[in-house]
Amino acid sequence: MQLTLWTYEGPPHVGAMRIATAMTDVHYVLHAPQGDTYADLLFTMIERLPRRPPVTYTTFQARDLGGDTAQLFKDAVAASYERFQPAAMLVGSSCTAELIQDDPGGLAAALQLPIPVVPLELPAYQRKENWGASETFYQLARRLVVPKAAAADDSPRKPRCNILGPTALGFRHRDDVREITRLLNDMGVEVAVVAPLNASVQDVRQLAQADFNVVLYPEIASTTAQWLQRQFQMPFTKTVPMGVGATRAFVAEVAALAGVEVPAQLEEHLHAEWYARSVDSTYLTGKRVYLFGDATHVVAAARIAHDEMGFEVVGLGTYSREFARELREAGKLYGVEPLITDDYLQVEEQIRALQPELILGTQMERHIAKRLGLPCAVISAPVHVQDFPARYAPQMGFEGANVLFDTWVHPLMMGLEEHLLGMFREDFEFHEGAAPSHLGSTRPAASLQIAAEEAAPAATLATTAEASTPAAVTSTQWSSEAEKELGKIPFFVRGKARRNTERFALEQGVATITVETLYDAKAHFSR
Amino acid sequence: MQPVIPINKSTQGCSNSPVLSEKGQREVFCGLTGIIWLHRKIQDAFFLVVGSRTCAHLVQSAAGVMIFAEPRFGTAIIDERDLAGLSDANDELDRVVSELLARRPDIKLLFLVGSCPSEVIKLDLSRAAERLSRTYVQRARVLNYSGSGIETTFTQGEDACLASLLPTLPQRQSPNRQLLIVGTLADVVEDQLGALLHKMGIDDFDFFPPRRSSKLPAVGANSVYLLAQPFLSDTARGLDALGLQRLDAPFPLGEEGTTAWLQAAATAFGVDAARFAEVTAAPRQRAQATLARHRAKLAGKKVFFFPDSQLEIPLARFLHRELDMDLVEVGTPYLHRQLMAAELALLPEGTRLSEGQSLELQLDRCHADQPDLVVCGLGLANPLEAQGFTTKWSIELVFTPIQGYEQAGDLAALFSRPLLRKQKIAA
Repeated sequence: MQLTLWTYEGPPHVGAMRIATAMTDVHYVLHAPQGDTYADLLFTMIERLPRRPPVTYTTFQARDLGGDTAQLFKDAVAASYERFQPAAMLVGSSCTAELIQDDPGGLAAALQLPIPVVPLELPAYQRKENWGASETFYQLARRLVVPKAAAADDSPRKPRCNILGPTALGFRHRDDVREITRLLNDMGVEVAVVAPLNASVQDVRQLAQADFNVVLYPEIASTTAQWLQRQFQMPFTKTVPMGVGATRAFVAEVAALAGVEVPAQLEEHLHAEWYARSVDSTYLTGKRVYLFGDATHVVAAARIAHDEMGFEVVGLGTYSREFARELREAGKLYGVEPLITDDYLQVEEQIRALQPELILGTQMERHIAKRLGLPCAVISAPVHVQDFPARYAPQMGFEGANVLFDTWVHPLMMGLEEHLLGMFREDFEFHEGAAPSHLGSTRPAASLQIAAEEAAPAATLATTAEASTPAAVTSTQWSSEAEKELGKIPFFVRGKARRNTERFALEQGVATITVETLYDAKAHFSR
Repeated sequence: MQPVIPINKSTQGCSNSPVLSEKGQREVFCGLTGIIWLHRKIQDAFFLVVGSRTCAHLVQSAAGVMIFAEPRFGTAIIDERDLAGLSDANDELDRVVSELLARRPDIKLLFLVGSCPSEVIKLDLSRAAERLSRTYVQRARVLNYSGSGIETTFTQGEDACLASLLPTLPQRQSPNRQLLIVGTLADVVEDQLGALLHKMGIDDFDFFPPRRSSKLPAVGANSVYLLAQPFLSDTARGLDALGLQRLDAPFPLGEEGTTAWLQAAATAFGVDAARFAEVTAAPRQRAQATLARHRAKLAGKKVFFFPDSQLEIPLARFLHRELDMDLVEVGTPYLHRQLMAAELALLPEGTRLSEGQSLELQLDRCHADQPDLVVCGLGLANPLEAQGFTTKWSIELVFTPIQGYEQAGDLAALFSRPLLRKQKIAA
């Protein structure tokens, strides 16, 4: 048993859900107890999908266990086929169903559905989410991909590749695909199939018809890409195009695989490289950075931090055990020993010990950073809803490089701001403890409280003088019980409640605000 | 001001109505989710789920942004080695608990929370809890309950947790009558309801669960209890077995519900009618005034409830009687007729009640009914919005203070806001 407070990855069947949800005509029947449907809301809330994930759960309960859970499963498969008419189905067990040992594959096969039904063996007590996604994609490909057809005519055509790896609930997968597709098109390479994101079963069947594969996310796609190489002699790209240097290396790799020239105009919208050279960025030199996340993003980000931003990499780590080797190699480049763990407390301990000036990590590291008062940017899943942004925000390609520069530098003090801090060291607004004005979490306690009570961005500018005014100008008094009751109102609306109550008391000519007045006012203003 | 709202908007209500009972896919949380609000209430308790990575992931997903410096819940994740042999699993659990208690010297009450995997492999957590209670006798009390999906739905996790606490309640010898208010309420709601009881002259009352495990209320033969939440059937059975008498009342949602709920206490303690009216007059009037504003927006609108928390029936009663909404379907994961008797009597006759769920069929009915407002979980809310429905996500009703007079307007606002929003951004 392992004591876990927070976990970086979900169970492997969530990985399978990410594949099914990414695709357009696949349905997944999951043998699972009541409650496992919680995973739906990762997709509908965090990724804000406007549709339900294509997953049917058997949702067995205790009373079903004595009976025939196998029949329950068969019924669910039959009913799902009937209702959703998918082009292929995935069937499998969640952790609990794994223990009751019904055989989803065998049971589904007995139904003899007229579509491919792919059984998934996802060992829930050994493996995790990314492995589950990788295995699911691989099993689908193995079952569906048809051999390369002989060319119908030998008229010259553009070189053709697939993009492999993007899924549902992937960190910036949507925009990475758009960015890399554009980059490939600009190079004169056609994108045949993107999979699994927005791919149909028919698309997956066609994977072997392209000339080579672009692997964007090795955690998800390298097993499948390696199989396609063995089976159909399709080469695949090894460089993940994240950062300026890596994108250039990727372009060279693709150019060699596709046999095309690198066009001159590829980099016309790249700004990050110049920005990093501009004098304002001098202050970034040697900033001590700590990196944690999935292996792909950490390895790529470390290279950018070191080679393109001029940071010092003081530590790096990953929760992707399957990619420990890649991370050890990266660690050697920067002379640090990588941390391979899925225990966020160990990560916190290391960050505390190293005291970096910038943390690049996941949602968990963002919270660790907040507690330690350190600047932080998110570079990897798991992420929260704010990291599935509405705006275009790739991490890959040249636009991705621009996005990364802005995202990483934003939480740090910009050069000019740091210069001012040095000049006005003793000034009340620029004392040593002052954090950047956009770094809300580390504001001094007094102004933080004011800001929270006002719940308005402008309040961050409040000075102590402003803070002491509101109570003084009114002629009403707060009774101690009312004051106490006010304290029970959540801090972010407390300021509004106080103002409304005082206004109400003044209008009504109430001299002493009691608990009754407080609620009278609340009733008066509630809409 | 209007006296008591007449009980007979309809004649018999739904007391004897047939209930559509369905089996099939259920889009609901398991009882582990109760940990999210229970651990906020009992401040020196730790909830250790014994389960799989799925359980850890669920609790984490439900806890959302509540990442604490040191959360008071965690998961002992069962791995392959534990599945190999049961004795081993017990040793492992002892090791994890000792690790945990060493880390958290402030923990006085530890719940071992059973999950689907721990129940399917028949790991006996009640014996483990006994064993660990003996080991840590001076240090912390160790209890167990099941929050598994195979046994419990969402709020039933709180029921199981409270029921597990019952045997630890101290004996009470006092000859005076005592009132026990059962079910987790927000602190602010507890304080308001407590203040009203004091004003009526009822001073001997306790809330259960308490805010600290050292403050467990004593109960005895003179205790009566009032449920503040509808999902506490096992806890109620346990209290009955201890000889406590249950006061029958609707739940304290809305002006009417709160009045009737307080009235049950007042009657049991012989508070005279004049006193009751005097104490409740002002807050009732306030609640009615705020509700009137929402009624203008909600009256005549059709509402459809998907099953979630067992709060659906009291909420439907409130929406219908105090805000004039029309009830299309009221789904509940589990219907306890006795505990819900007072509520059912207040529902309009002929309301379509459903218990359990067959998700796809229920969605078909929802599409056919075309309700103006759908109350449902987060897995369904955005997909239904995308199809043109207006939804109110139900889990908020469990986390937000909604009980009592002063919250009646807030409760109504939770339902009117999505409709108002649709109106505003459509323009």
